[in-house]
Amino acid sequence: MKELLECLERDHTQTPEQLAIMLNKPVEEIAALIKKYQDEKVIVKYQTIIDWEKAGIDNVTAVIEVRITPQREVGFDAIAERIYRYSEVRSLYLMSGGYDLSVTVEGASLKEVADFVSTKLSTIDGVVSTTTHFMLKKYKFAGVIIKDEEEEHRLVVSP
Amino acid sequence: MNWADRIAPTVKAIPPSGIRRFFDIAAEMKGVISLGVGEPDFITPWHIRESCIHGLHRGYTSYTSNYGLLELREEITKSLHKDYQVTYDPRQEVLVTVGVSEGLDLAMRALLGPGDEVLVPEPCYVSYKSCVTLAGGTPITIPTSAENEFRITAEQLEKYVTPRTKILLIGYPNNPTGAIMSREDLEGIAAFALKHDLIVISDEIYAKLTYDGTHTCFSSLPGMRDRTIVLNGFSKAYAMTGWRIGYAVSNVEFIAAMTKIHQYTMLCTPITAQIAAIEALKSGEKNVEHMVSEYNYRRRLIFNGFRQMGLDCFEPKGAFYIFPSIKQTGLTSLEFAEQLLMAEKVALVPGDAFGESGEGFVRCSYATSTKNITEALERIGRFIKNIKK
Ligand SMILES: Cc1ncc(COP(=O)(O)O)c(C=O)c1O
Repeated sequence: MKELLECLERDHTQTPEQLAIMLNKPVEEIAALIKKYQDEKVIVKYQTIIDWEKAGIDNVTAVIEVRITPQREVGFDAIAERIYRYSEVRSLYLMSGGYDLSVTVEGASLKEVADFVSTKLSTIDGVVSTTTHFMLKKYKFAGVIIKDEEEEHRLVVSP
Repeated sequence: MNWADRIAPTVKAIPPSGIRRFFDIAAEMKGVISLGVGEPDFITPWHIRESCIHGLHRGYTSYTSNYGLLELREEITKSLHKDYQVTYDPRQEVLVTVGVSEGLDLAMRALLGPGDEVLVPEPCYVSYKSCVTLAGGTPITIPTSAENEFRITAEQLEKYVTPRTKILLIGYPNNPTGAIMSREDLEGIAAFALKHDLIVISDEIYAKLTYDGTHTCFSSLPGMRDRTIVLNGFSKAYAMTGWRIGYAVSNVEFIAAMTKIHQYTMLCTPITAQIAAIEALKSGEKNVEHMVSEYNYRRRLIFNGFRQMGLDCFEPKGAFYIFPSIKQTGLTSLEFAEQLLMAEKVALVPGDAFGESGEGFVRCSYATSTKNITEALERIGRFIKNIKK
């Protein structure tokens, strides 16, 4: 049910009871659906979006363009796996265009990220080249504006 | 000097809005959850705002034709045709107004002479009766009831029609009740209008916010196009209340008459709002869909909440209001609203602000977050339990 998934994607803390009312379905049905989606990994994971900068905890993020030589039989997948298994890698996408993989790496410092690229990433067999872009500021993430300065200006009561 | 004496009798005779009074108390308090707001909690979708900013960059800061930008009028007629298969000439049968508010005023002033009567089903939007009175007409109010889902029937209207009746003014989906009228319901009203040769003014500002069934545009009913003035706007569906833009469509004569007043009193609707409205009609459909589904979730949530509390409550089918009966508490609407505000800091609007037949009800707007709705329901539930003790 697309509506249920959309509701959960926006706010997974809503209870099955509340979702059942909102979607006009029996609560048992909603609970069963959620369980099914979790079991089938349609719902992959529930996560929290944190503004680390605001929390006063510094970290460094880089987006790295990686060019690789695809391998017989497995194409890009084998190399991709060797990259995404690293816990430093936050996201990994296969891209069309001028490079093959877009790797997002997070570390505590510039040095940590640089070390990762030079000693881990670029030494993997099949990696032809890397171009590292350090992220300067995060405006929007996962559909959420980080510092949203829009606010309500409505009157308390209006006709 | 008693300046109050100098005020025109028609203006003096109009009672101050029942909502205003309540607003003054609520606005002063801290920590209030408001279910009293008659406008979307969404901010105008970005692409619409951006189109206006872009327009300003390109120097669109002038007057427009009295009727409004032709491109906008064309988009309006296109969308009416697409949604309701009703056809209007964008050059002569559309007037862009400063909200439905202005459209309503213009329609009344264009049509009413002294003593002309206007049938106004109640509870209804707060401006209806005053607009009639200010235009020199006489509003004849017709009570509707929860038992009949706040709809009107021809049978009921028959009791109020006189030789002086000129206009029937309807507003569905309804503010404050959330009632809608199905196509069959409206067909009965159309036959009544034809029988008594009445003009129908149909305020369809909540048309797109219909959750149960589909909206029927009154002028799309057979024989009704020319005797109807349809008022609509951007405030609710596109979350554009502050832009102040709407439109009226009708036959050439009525639109010309309304435009005559508009050209001397308003000149035109702000060009900034007109540019934004073009964008809204051209590519706002997805945003509307998103907002409608969001309102629908909240509608079910709040309806369920009132049911659980044991309040008699009609299930609203449109707009973003719910109108539960509070008669069982033994309080009047105003007492209920005031005491609830003081005890639990929840603001809502007493039903009698929308006409006498709204007494015994309160209007709650669910144009607010589910979190607010849930919290407000909790507080209202507690308040009602304490009364019953
Ligand atoms: C039924 C109804 N008609 C008209 C209006 C006024 O709309 P506009 O902003 O287009 O003037 C409102 C606003 O609350 C309304 O509820």
